[in-house]
Amino acid sequence: MIHGLDARVKAVLSLGFILMLALLRPGAWPIYILCFALLWAAALLSELGVRFIWTRALLALPFALAALPLLFTVAGPSLIAWNVFGWTVTVTTNGTERLLSIVMKSWLSVQVGVMLVSATPFPQLLAALRALRMPRLLVAIVGLMWRYLFVLSDEALRLLRARAARSGDPDGRRRVGGSVLWRAHVTGGMAGNLFLRAFDRADRIYAAMLARGYDGEIHTLPFPPLTAGDWSLLGIGIGVLGLLGTLSLLW
Amino acid sequence: MLLSPVPMHIPDGFLSVAVSLVLWAISLVAVGYALKRVNADVDERRVPLMGVLAACIFAGQMLNFTVTGGTSGHLMGAALATILLGPWAALLVMTCVVGVQALVFQDGGLLALGANIFNMGVVGVTVSYFASQALRRLFQKVAPDARWTLPVNGFATGWLSILVASLACALQLALSGTSPANVAIPAMAGIHALIGVGEGLITAGALVFLVAARRDLVQPENAAPVVAGKAVWGAGLIIAALLAIASPLASAHPDGLEWVAEQKGFLDGAQASIYDLIPDYVLPGVANESLATILAGIIGLLIVAGAATAVAYARRKRQVIAR
Repeated sequence: MIHGLDARVKAVLSLGFILMLALLRPGAWPIYILCFALLWAAALLSELGVRFIWTRALLALPFALAALPLLFTVAGPSLIAWNVFGWTVTVTTNGTERLLSIVMKSWLSVQVGVMLVSATPFPQLLAALRALRMPRLLVAIVGLMWRYLFVLSDEALRLLRARAARSGDPDGRRRVGGSVLWRAHVTGGMAGNLFLRAFDRADRIYAAMLARGYDGEIHTLPFPPLTAGDWSLLGIGIGVLGLLGTLSLLW
Repeated sequence: MLLSPVPMHIPDGFLSVAVSLVLWAISLVAVGYALKRVNADVDERRVPLMGVLAACIFAGQMLNFTVTGGTSGHLMGAALATILLGPWAALLVMTCVVGVQALVFQDGGLLALGANIFNMGVVGVTVSYFASQALRRLFQKVAPDARWTLPVNGFATGWLSILVASLACALQLALSGTSPANVAIPAMAGIHALIGVGEGLITAGALVFLVAARRDLVQPENAAPVVAGKAVWGAGLIIAALLAIASPLASAHPDGLEWVAEQKGFLDGAQASIYDLIPDYVLPGVANESLATILAGIIGLLIVAGAATAVAYARRKRQVIAR
C-alpha cells in the first residue's frame, strides 16, 4: 500500500508529520496517542511490521540521556525525593512530563523516518528531493555517494580484516599490537589508504562516465505529474496533521 | 555497523522548532554558497570525485582502534576532508554524509538535520579550516622544513573540530530547553575532548601515510586552494565569537555548578549500566565535578585563543589587501 505511493507525497507528509510533532506542546498525551495510532495504521498498511519499525526507531533513544537532567532542573511540585550524599535530590512532575514528552516525540519522529525510508527506494527518494527543489549538484553527489557507499564500506571492511590478520583483533578488551600511538598510527594509515583508494576509484569512475557520454550534467527521467489520487492523499494527509496540531492547542 | 560512533547526531524531538529552523536556514545558506563556489571552480569531474569521497568519509567512520578495554577511537572526518579538499568541497562532502546518515540510517533527525549539518559540516569544517591554516602559517615560520609539522597540525585540527562541534551541539540543546546549559556544555565538552583525541590521532596518521604515498595530494597549493576571501574570515569570526561568548555565559547559569554536578554524578551512576557511550571518567561525583570544571576552563581558553588568532589573521589579511 505505502510502497507504491508517489515518493514526493510521502516525503512531504513525513516532513509535515515531524514538524507537527515538534510543534506539539509537552504533555499533550491524547495527541501523542493519536499520532501513535496513525503511525501504527501506516505501519500495518505498509506491511513492514509494527515491531520492525518500533525496534529500529529505538536507535535514537540513548540520546535521551541529554535530556535527563530536566527531571531535576525544571521547577514544579516534587514527585519523588532522594537523599544522596547529604544532598536532597528532587524529581519534579513538570520535569518528568517534559522528559517523557521529548522522548515520545523523538521516538515518534524516528518512526516516521524509518517508515519513509523503508517504504521508498532510495533513488526515488532522491528524485523526490530533486522535485522538491534540492540543488541538482547536491542530488548528483548524494546519488553517487549512495551508489558507492557499500563499495567503499566493503573496502573499509577489507582494511579492517587485513589489520586483524596482521596485528590481532582490535575488538574485545585485550590490548593487542603496540602502544596506543602505534595503533592510532596504523588506523590513520588505513584512513589515508581508504582515501587514496576512493580518490583513484573516482578517477576511474569519471573516465567511465565520460566514455558513456557524461557532459557535466547528470540526466534523469522527469517525474510523472501527480495524479488526482496523489493530490487528494496529500490534501487529506495535511488536513489530518493540521487537525492534530490544532487539537493539541485546545486540549 | 554503518552507524557513526560519534554521539553528536541530534534526533528529532530534542531541538525546539525555532532553533531547528534557524539552523536549517544557516546551513542552507552555507551549503548553497559552497555549491556555488565548487561549481565555479569545476572541473566537472568534481561530481564523481565528491560523491565517492563522501562515501569514503562515511566508510572511514567504521575504522577504529582500541584505546583501553572497551573504549575505542573513531573518525568523524571533517578535519581530514578539509585539509585534503579545501573548505568548500569538504562542506559539501560532510553535508552529504550527515544527510545520508539521517535519511537512510536514522542517525540524526530530519528536522534536526539542519542542526546536524551545522555542527558537523559548517562548524566542523570552518574550525578545521581556520585551525589548519593558522597552524600551517605558524609552522612555516617556526620550522619550515620539519617533518613533524603536518601530523601535529592534523592532530590539533582534528581534536579542535570535534570539540567545537560538540560545544555547538550542547549550546543548541541548551537553547532548546532540552538540557540545562551548565550540565550539557561541560559534559559534552568533557566527553568530546577525549573522543577528539582519537579523531586527531587518526587524522595525523592519515596525513603521514598520504605524504609518504601521494605527496601531491597533501601539498597545500593542490589540496586546499586558498580561498580565504573576506566572507570566509567573516563567517569564521562570527561563529568563533558566538561560541566564545555564548559558552561561558551559558555555563555561568545562576543555578550553580556544584549543585548540578552533584545531580549529574548521581544521574550517571544510575544510567551507566544501560548506556555505555559515556565512558567511566565522568562517573564519580566529585572527581567529575572538578574534571568538568577544569576542562571547561581549558576549552574556554582555547576558544578565546582561536578567536584572537582569527582576528589577527583577518586584520593582517585586510592590511595585505589594502597594500
